[in-house]
Amino acid sequence: MAHILLRYGEIHLKGQNQRFFLDALVRNVRESIADLGRAQVRHAFGRILVDSPAEEEALVGRLRKIFGVVSLSPVQVASPALPDIAGAAVDIVGAALGTRPGIATFKVDTRRADKRFPLTSMETSREVGQTVQHRFPQLQARMDGPDLLVRIDIRDQAYLSSETIPGPGGLPYGTGGRALALISGGIDSPVASWLGARRGVTIIPVHFHSFPFTSERSKEKVLDLCRVLAGYMGPLGVWIVFFTDIQRAIQLSVPDGLRVLVLRRMMMRIADRLAEQDRATAVITGENLGQVASQTIESIAAINAVTRLPVLRPLIGADKMEIVARAEAIGTYEISIRPYEDCCSLFVPPHPRTQPGLGEADEAERGLPISALIDTAVQRSERLTISPRWARDTLPVGS
Amino acid sequence: MSHARAGEIYLDNAATTKPHPSVVESVTRALTVDYGNPSSLHGKGVAAERLVAEAREALAWTLGVEPEDVLFTSGGTEANSLAIRGVGGVARGRHLITTAVEHSSVRVLLQRLAAQGFALTELPVDHYGRVSAAHVEQALRADTALVSVMAVNNELGTVQPIGDIGRMLQRHRAAGRPTLFHVDAVQGWGKISLRPAAWSVDLMSLSGHKGHGPKGVGALYVRRGVPLAPQLGGGEQERSLRPGTENVPGIAGLGAAARLLAADFDESAARMRTLADRLREQIGTIPDARINTPQDGAAPHIVNATFGGVRGETLLHRLEQDGVFVSTGSACHSHTPTPSHVLLAIGLSTADAQSTLRLSVSRFTTTEEIDAAAVALHHAVAELRALVR
Repeated sequence: MAHILLRYGEIHLKGQNQRFFLDALVRNVRESIADLGRAQVRHAFGRILVDSPAEEEALVGRLRKIFGVVSLSPVQVASPALPDIAGAAVDIVGAALGTRPGIATFKVDTRRADKRFPLTSMETSREVGQTVQHRFPQLQARMDGPDLLVRIDIRDQAYLSSETIPGPGGLPYGTGGRALALISGGIDSPVASWLGARRGVTIIPVHFHSFPFTSERSKEKVLDLCRVLAGYMGPLGVWIVFFTDIQRAIQLSVPDGLRVLVLRRMMMRIADRLAEQDRATAVITGENLGQVASQTIESIAAINAVTRLPVLRPLIGADKMEIVARAEAIGTYEISIRPYEDCCSLFVPPHPRTQPGLGEADEAERGLPISALIDTAVQRSERLTISPRWARDTLPVGS
Repeated sequence: MSHARAGEIYLDNAATTKPHPSVVESVTRALTVDYGNPSSLHGKGVAAERLVAEAREALAWTLGVEPEDVLFTSGGTEANSLAIRGVGGVARGRHLITTAVEHSSVRVLLQRLAAQGFALTELPVDHYGRVSAAHVEQALRADTALVSVMAVNNELGTVQPIGDIGRMLQRHRAAGRPTLFHVDAVQGWGKISLRPAAWSVDLMSLSGHKGHGPKGVGALYVRRGVPLAPQLGGGEQERSLRPGTENVPGIAGLGAAARLLAADFDESAARMRTLADRLREQIGTIPDARINTPQDGAAPHIVNATFGGVRGETLLHRLEQDGVFVSTGSACHSHTPTPSHVLLAIGLSTADAQSTLRLSVSRFTTTEEIDAAAVALHHAVAELRALVR
């Protein structure tokens, strides 16, 4: 049986609806490890404790991706009696020595919430430290910057840990409304979706697919990105929008400096339509001011003009390096840099207009049968359910 | 006999070919009946050993060499690796010669040897991708350990003057030089006549799946007496040069493919030539289309052409919608956006290199398929040009 202690942050600041957020967090934790065996997930003394028959490593891999979790620690649970606590400490130090090379110094740090425990925190640390020292004579006690810190938390039971792993923070997924998230296959849009989801927003990814102008592999790439995101959010309903005819119509009738803008306006109109079907109330995009010539305030104004929905742009002020670092941390970067073209890069004219007027965009769209194009695109779109990478069905035998 | 599924026209046979039913049958037999280990003493082992021996004989026959001189590998890449690193490990010289248009499985290995202290000469090619024997001769040094030149370029179909180079090297060696000659013949097997012994070739690499055999199996011809350092350690299979339990199903499939091509080599090569010529003619009527494959001195199965102003990748996918499967350059390049080194080496601009397709026929392609593909190509090019204007 493995035990993992989860710490949450911002939820503590919530007032009357704290319960709502906590329940969502506990539910998300349960769902993320449901296939790993019958687990107990309970909320106690401002933390969440998970008891599961699964391997500790597998549990940590899942739980470190739960939004709302600030940090987590694998813990040993002992009865609140000194010999048991010391025994657990010896176990935990032994395990750490076996897996982390280069540990020469250690420290024991005790917090005692249950004041019925006969020793003070200091005394407990000293006693346990001596036992550890005796068992592992090669280790030296060090109060300042030890290689290994053993924390003892004495409550209803004693909880011992030697490792604190950062979580993603934020608010529990599913507590902040629903949004369609435009996903291109590039580096930015998956990060934008992730940031939205980290604030609790339920994400419905939308991808605009333009075969034969883009390959089947570019769609596979987007689905692989969604699989990574689903590791944080649980199964995702993904829209693959049939965009070929719109792409073609734009190429044929829109002046080349305004094609990217019209393309984005068409995407936004489709998102608006799908949002209605999905009861979503916002759109999330990976747009970022000035990163490419078409991402200017004027362009954003012209794009926003075609929807009533709020358009959230979590990356609006981020630098490329920051976005890349975030994408690497999330695990989407390696997928995003696969070379298959997405539908924005293929037809991008050498010099898109950077300061298009609203009137200009309307004028450029005159030749387009907009509502007919959108109807067809929506009708021919497919909705896929994408599960986290780890939750794929077991491999069938044979074919 | 057409090999394609209804509505599919497969013109990417230089990337891989569809395994022939007789190949599938041989592979299946080795997986279901003769599944023994050739090293086993009992009858099951003997049966498996016989499959390997028969495949070796069939393959040797296609090259006009003795069966003992053929080693089985996991494919063309491993054959090239065993040849180049094998020579590098025991070489008596420190200089290597190759061309600017080799397959990456040759280039990368030679560049690694260069990084380890060998001197490497990479010879330029003409606008058809051909190297001249005279250039090779000029590059030779007293300490040249290896010359590696492909038989047929995988992107252009251009045939290299292997016989000329071999003859010239023979004279060079007669003066006591240690120079060995390796030929990557992966794209040539079954398409042009390969005669390593007559050409004074020391090492020749082959792959099964380019000739209707299975993937994951290939071969290296090693002329008797050529010293090679094995790249794997273990048992004594393949004369200890390539230890490991034999891939009996793959080898049996390769043997079946060898028998298939030996049965009517000249006729099928002539048939492919006729198809490729027909395709060239029809591509020639597309405005601003230029054929990069030479009319003379090319393998019979490849037509490489540039369609000005159209992205090769987009054209490929547009053709795919009509059930026509082709390639942009060599398949290994298709995953990287940088244009093919081969197309750049023959003087194409980056834009033209990105507007280039390779179409490759097989012995089973039909005239009707060529005509239908040409019509699709005409339409697709016209349609895409209208879009990107």
